[in-house]
Amino acid sequence: MIDVTINNITVSVPEGTTILEAAEKAQVHIPTLCHLNMPNVRYVNKCSSCRICMVEVEGRANLVPACATEVTQAMVVKTSTPRAMSARKIVLELLLSDHPADCLCCPKNTRCELQSLAYELGVREIAYKGEQSIYPPDVTSCSFIRDLNKCIMCRRCETVCNNVQTVGVYSAVDRGFDAVVNSAFGRPIIESPCTFCGQCVSVCPTAALTEVNHTRKVLEALNDPDKYVVVQTAPAIRVALGEEFGLDAGTIVTGKMVAALKQMGFDKVLDTDFAADLTVMEEAAEFIDRVKNGGRLPILTSCCPAWVKFFEHQFPDLLDIPSTCKSPHEMMGAIIKTYVAEKIGIPAEKIYVVSVMPCLAKKYEAARPELVNDEMDNVDAVITTRELAEMIRESGINFLELQDEEFDHPIGQSSGASVIFGTTGGVIEATLRTACEWLTGKPLNKIEFHELRGLSGIREAELEIAGMEFRIGIANGLGNTRTLLEKIRNGEVHYDAIEIMACPGGCINGGGQPAHHNNWGILEKRSRALYAEDQRKPLRKSHENPSIIQLYKEYLGEPNSEKAHALLHTYYQKRELV
Amino acid sequence: MKIRSFDDLKQYKKSLYGNKKTAKYTVLVGMATCGVASGANTTMTAFEETVNELGLKNVTLKRTGCIGYCFLEPIAEVIDEQGNSTIYTKVDKAKVAEIVSSHLQNGKPLTEGVIKPDMQRINLAEVKPIQKRQLRVALRNCGVIDPESLDDYIKYDGYMALAKCLFELTPNGVIEIIKRSGLRGRGGGGFSTGLKWSFVAKENAPVKNIICNADEGDPGAFMDRSILEGDPNSILEAMAIAGYATGAAHGYIYIRAEYPMAVKRLKIAIAQATEMGLLGDNIMGTDFSFDIQIKLGAGAFVCGEETALIHSIEGKRGEPKMKPPYPAKRGLWGEPTCVNNVETYANICPIIIKGDQWFNSMGTTKSPGTKVFALAGKINNVGLVEVPMGITLREMIYDVGGGIVDGKAFKAIQTGGPSGGVIPYTMLDTPIEYDSLVAMGSMMGSGGMIVMDEDDCMVNIAKFYLEFSVEESCGRCTPCRIGNKRLFEILEKITNGNGTMDDIRKLKELGRVIKDTALCGLGQTSPNPVLSTLHFFEDEYIAHVVDRTCPAKTCSSLIRYFIMPDKCIGCTLCARVCPVSCIDGERKALHSIRQHECIKCGACMDACKSNAIVKR
Repeated sequence: MIDVTINNITVSVPEGTTILEAAEKAQVHIPTLCHLNMPNVRYVNKCSSCRICMVEVEGRANLVPACATEVTQAMVVKTSTPRAMSARKIVLELLLSDHPADCLCCPKNTRCELQSLAYELGVREIAYKGEQSIYPPDVTSCSFIRDLNKCIMCRRCETVCNNVQTVGVYSAVDRGFDAVVNSAFGRPIIESPCTFCGQCVSVCPTAALTEVNHTRKVLEALNDPDKYVVVQTAPAIRVALGEEFGLDAGTIVTGKMVAALKQMGFDKVLDTDFAADLTVMEEAAEFIDRVKNGGRLPILTSCCPAWVKFFEHQFPDLLDIPSTCKSPHEMMGAIIKTYVAEKIGIPAEKIYVVSVMPCLAKKYEAARPELVNDEMDNVDAVITTRELAEMIRESGINFLELQDEEFDHPIGQSSGASVIFGTTGGVIEATLRTACEWLTGKPLNKIEFHELRGLSGIREAELEIAGMEFRIGIANGLGNTRTLLEKIRNGEVHYDAIEIMACPGGCINGGGQPAHHNNWGILEKRSRALYAEDQRKPLRKSHENPSIIQLYKEYLGEPNSEKAHALLHTYYQKRELV
Repeated sequence: MKIRSFDDLKQYKKSLYGNKKTAKYTVLVGMATCGVASGANTTMTAFEETVNELGLKNVTLKRTGCIGYCFLEPIAEVIDEQGNSTIYTKVDKAKVAEIVSSHLQNGKPLTEGVIKPDMQRINLAEVKPIQKRQLRVALRNCGVIDPESLDDYIKYDGYMALAKCLFELTPNGVIEIIKRSGLRGRGGGGFSTGLKWSFVAKENAPVKNIICNADEGDPGAFMDRSILEGDPNSILEAMAIAGYATGAAHGYIYIRAEYPMAVKRLKIAIAQATEMGLLGDNIMGTDFSFDIQIKLGAGAFVCGEETALIHSIEGKRGEPKMKPPYPAKRGLWGEPTCVNNVETYANICPIIIKGDQWFNSMGTTKSPGTKVFALAGKINNVGLVEVPMGITLREMIYDVGGGIVDGKAFKAIQTGGPSGGVIPYTMLDTPIEYDSLVAMGSMMGSGGMIVMDEDDCMVNIAKFYLEFSVEESCGRCTPCRIGNKRLFEILEKITNGNGTMDDIRKLKELGRVIKDTALCGLGQTSPNPVLSTLHFFEDEYIAHVVDRTCPAKTCSSLIRYFIMPDKCIGCTLCARVCPVSCIDGERKALHSIRQHECIKCGACMDACKSNAIVKR
C-alpha cells in the first residue's frame, strides 16, 4: 500500500492508483473533463489531454494531471493552490475560446460537461479570445450528427470506438490548432464502417456528437389529421426513462410511459415486446430447423442493427450464419401495417409507425432500403429514450404524477421472455425457453437460465436439451464480439447459438439511453429491473402468448412460413471497410 | 568474408593497410547534402574526368562527409604522402583544373581560396593533447572517411569499440564506463546516458529495443544529418553497444524522410556490416545478435519527442503520451526501450576505446565532452563546429564563428530552437553547458545557434519560433493546441502595432500556464522564446505597444520609409523598382513616397544608390 497526502489528508491506496482515485478516497474533488473510467468494460480514457485536472505535487517542477499520474510513496499533493486553480481556469478558458458559445439552443444545454465545468470553475469571461475553428457539420448519417466545432479533443469517442468497439472509425487528424477527431480521409460518417451503435454519442461530453433528433418529425405526424400514428416502445425504455425525471435507475415506469404517450396524442400505443415474442418464434424455429436439418451453426441473433452492420463490414464471409429475422421493432412495423391495419380498418398508407428505442442504430436501420413491405417502410420514425423524455417535457406532462395505463390491443400482450430482450443474455434466454419446449415437447421445469445472465463481456454455457448438448455463447460490446467471431472463423471454438448485442451491457446501455456517467451500477439496476419485470409477468414464454398464437392462426400460419418470411425476415450484404 | 573473432577484425584491419599502395595524393571531396547542394557532384566529376584524361596514376579520389564549413562548399582536400593537407574551398570546374595542374601535377599547392581550420580530430588509437579551438569527437570521421565504405571505417578503428565490449567487457562494465564518462543526451534534455542505459538494463523483459532518434527537426540544426551522411557506421556500432549493454537485440533508426542521402548511406552501412558479421546474428562469432531497421518519419517535428516517436514507429499517430512510464520501462510495443539521439551515439565508441577519464577531461564537470553546434544567422562562418563544453559565447561567436556579418553589433543568440530562448549580448561571457543555458531560460536543445544582430526584432523572433510550435504541435493537449495559438495571436497583434500593456501581461501569464500544464516537452518549452525575449528585451516589447515603434525596424506595420530631401538626386530608380508604384517624382527632382499605399517591402531602399531612403 502507498501512503499519499492530498490537501493534508493522508490515505493508503494500492500501487497503481492514480492521484484522482486517491483523491476520491480522501473525499477531495478534482474537476476532470476528458477522463472517463469504466472498469467494467475495461475501458479507461486516460489520454490526459484536456489538462483540467492539473494538481501540484511536491517536488515536481510542473503541475501534473491527476487522472493519469500514479501515486508514489509519501507523495504530497495539493489540489486547490492558487497556481493549480488559475492554471485550470485558464486552460478551460482556452477551450471555451475555441467553442461556439451557443448554449441556449445547443442540444446538450444543461447536460453538457463543458458547460457544467465552466459553472463549477466560475468562468465569467474568456480572457484569451482569437480565431475559432470552423467545420461544416456532418449530417450524412441517420443516427447522429457530428459537429466538430464543439469537439474539445477529449478523445473519448476515439477510445470507445477503437478500443471498446474495435470499429476504428475515429482518429485525431491534422496538427496544432487544426487537430480534430475525424473519420478516415475526413469522409462523411455514412461512408465509413461506422455501425451507428452510438457509444461515441453516449460518452461525448459536449454536443460534438448528438443524435439526429426526430421529435419534430413525430410532432408533425401527430399534427397531421390524415395520419394514424402508432407508437411502439422497446423493452429497455421502461427501466431507464424514469431517470430523465429524477427517478432512481431501474425504476419501472411502463404505465406512466404509456399514459404519457396517450396524452401526447398517439393513436395507438403498442409494446415492441410483442414483436420480441414474435422474434423468439421465428428465431427458435430457424434454430431448430438448422439443428434438425444440418444447417450451419452457430446461429447468431440479429436483433441488433449495429451488430448487423458490424458483421456486414467486418465478417462478410460469415453472412450466412446470422438469423434472417428482422429486429423486433421492424417486425412490429410490418405487422402493424398489415395485420393490425386490417384488424382496425385503417389503410396501411395512413399508418405512421414511431419506434421509441434505446438505440441510435435503429434510426439508421429504419432507413435501410430492404426493410419495406408493399413499398412502405416498416417503421417511419425512431426516437430515443432521451428524445421521448424531451417530448414529454415539451408537452408539459407531469410525468411523475401520471396514473399507470395499459398498452393498446390487439397486439398489446407480451411475455416475460420478451422483456429481457433489453439486456445482454436476454434474447438467447427467451429463445431457449421456446426452443427447449419445442425440442423436448415438454414444459420446462426451470424457466430461468441464470447461467446466461450477467454483464460480463463474453459468457458461455452448456445446456443439455432433449439429449443433445448445446453450447451457447453471449457477447456484448463489439470488441468482445470480434474476439468471439474470430475464434469461430478460425475454428477454435464451436457454438450452437450466440447472442450478440453491440453495446456493452446490451440495450440497457444503448446510445439513446439517459447518460449513465460512468456509473456501471446504473446499468446493473436497469438489468435487474428487466429480470424483475419478467418474473412479475404471468406469461413467461413467448410461444404461450395468446396474441402471438392468434397472429399465427389468423394471419401467418406457421413460424418461418412463406408469409412470415416475407414480412419478418430480411437479408444481408457485404460492405466495404474503406 | 565474415568477421568471427576479435583477431579476425584486427587482421582484417591490418590487411586493409597492407594490400594497397598509398597513392601520392588523396583528394577528398565533401559530398554531404551541403556539398552536393553547392555542386560537389560537378566537382567530383571534374576531378574524375581530368585525372583520367591526364592518366594520373598517383591520385586517389574519395568521397567523404562534411567538414563543417558549409558556407565554403564545395570543398576538396588534398593530402600528400607526408600527410600534409590543403583544403580548397568553393571548388568549381575551373578550380579543379587549377588544382590538378598546379598541385597534383607539379606539386605546388595553390594559396588562394584555401582554409586552415583551427580544428583537431581525435584519433581512436592514440591520445593527443588538445591544441586547437575545435575538437572533433562526434564528427571525428566526417570529412575523412568514405561514408559508403565499411573498409574505410574499419581502417579508422571502426567496430573496435564493439569488439572491446563483446570480448573484454560485461554489459554492466559498459554501462559503468558510460556512466562514469558523464555523457549526457545530446538531443536536448541532457539526461545521463549511462543512467538511461542502466534503467533499460535493469528491466527484466524478454524483448528490449534500442532506438536512434534521427528525427532532427530544430530549424537550423543539421549535425545529426551530417554525422549520418559522413559516418553512418559509427551510429550502427554505438547502437549495437547499447544493445549489448542493455540486453536488447533490436535497433530502430527513426529518421526523417527528408534526409534521403543519410537514409541511403545508412542502408549501405547496415548491409555491409551485416554482410561482414558485424551486425545481425552472432556478431563477431559471439552469441550476441543485434539487427537494425530504418523507420522513416514523415516530417512531424513532434515525432522527435521520444514517446511520439515510438507511437510513430508503431504505426500510430505521432503524438506524445504521459511520462512516466518512461520508455526505459514501457517503450516500443510496450517493451523496455532505450532512445538516444544520433550525436549521443556518435560519442560512444571514443568513450569505450579511450576511456571515461579521457572523456570527462574535456568540457566542464557537469557537462563533459564536446558538443556540435550548427551556427547560423548573422555570423560569418555558417556551418557545423564541435567544441568542448564550457566555451563562452564570446569565443564561439568571435573566434570560432568569425564574428558578425558586416561587423554589425551582436544582439543575441538563440539556442535550442523553438524550445529554447535567447541569450543577450550582456551574457557573452557565460560558458555554454546544459545547466547554464537552462538557468538563462534557454536550453541546449540539439545545438542549433542562430546569431542575431542589431537589425533583428526580438518580438518578431519570438513570433517566428512560436509560429513553428503552433504549426508543429500535435494538438493533443489544450495548452499547446489552443494556448500557443492564442500566444501567437497576441504577438501578431503587438507586431502589427495594436498591442497593449495588458497583452504583455497576458503573454507572461499564458506562457507560464502553458509551461506548467502542457503534456510533453514540446509544449512545455514552446513559450520559452516568448518568455526569454520578454525577460531580456521587455523594453522592445514596450516600445512596440507604447511608442508603436519597432526599435530594430523590422516589423513592417510599425515602420515607414522616407526619402531624405538632402540626399535624393532624382534618379527615379526607386520609383521604377517600387512594385506598387507609390513613389512620385520627376527626373532630377526630389521623390516622395505615398505612405498609405506603401507595402514596406524595402525595394526602394535597396535600390537607392545615394542612401537617400531611410526607415523609421
